[in-house]
Amino acid sequence: MPELLTPEIKARIGDANPTIHVEVTRRDIQKYAVSTGQTARKYLDGDEAPPLFHFGYSMDILPPEKLRKDGIAEDKLIPPLPLKRVMAGSSDTVYHRPIRPGDKLAITRRLKDLYEKEGKSGPLIFVVTEVVVETEDGEPVLNETTSLIAR
Amino acid sequence: MLRYEDITVGQALPARDHTASIVQLFMYNAAIWNPHRIHFDHAYATEEEGYPAIVLDGPLQGDWIGQVVTDWIGEDASLVSFGYANRRAAYLGETMTAGGQVEEKNDDTREVKVSLFLKNAEGEVTIPGHAVVRFP
Repeated sequence: MPELLTPEIKARIGDANPTIHVEVTRRDIQKYAVSTGQTARKYLDGDEAPPLFHFGYSMDILPPEKLRKDGIAEDKLIPPLPLKRVMAGSSDTVYHRPIRPGDKLAITRRLKDLYEKEGKSGPLIFVVTEVVVETEDGEPVLNETTSLIAR
Repeated sequence: MLRYEDITVGQALPARDHTASIVQLFMYNAAIWNPHRIHFDHAYATEEEGYPAIVLDGPLQGDWIGQVVTDWIGEDASLVSFGYANRRAAYLGETMTAGGQVEEKNDDTREVKVSLFLKNAEGEVTIPGHAVVRFP
């Protein structure tokens, strides 16, 4: 099997984005809860955030001229890959405690792994990232592992 | 009230249909700050990228299967872990059904493992998922 992932690409494993610091507001939770069609009162009232609320915190806040034509911000954490077609994504989160309004959170995203496999219709590259959310005091909140497959 | 003792392996979780409107999709992408054009620009999604219609966000659909669990447990248990995988795209106008079933019970930890799914109108599972909840 040809080696698609060069030592230069694999050297990026372990890289992390600068930690993002956010203050959670009730209004942000309410917006997320309404837009996702939640029915639980605690989410609609913003007393507690639904399980995937933190996803929005991974979005860069950039002016339109800094975005690509498709509207996406360049993901600087993931190195340019020799396979371009991203075909599937998955997300797995372990929860330590719910996110609540007033929480001051530190969010760090890291490139956890890059590996290749031979698929039925050719080579595949797996990109694994980890998002760690904790309070500013260091209390663990959640760990999310996401995986992308490029072919 | 949902009690650990009353749960049986194989039991179905209440299912729910979701049909996102363009307004709901706008609100979601605004809430998470997602400017990806395939989720709000019909001409771009169809003419430039070749999609049949505006594309529903994967994490929005992941949230829908998460709600199967959070609606089921209410305040009676806590979420330990939750995961989902985007297998197939879904488009604006499609009605998706979120559901799941109990897979395992662990009497020592009082944890319950459930499998989750999102299906399209053809019955294809577009997003499988899983979760573990813990009862007091």
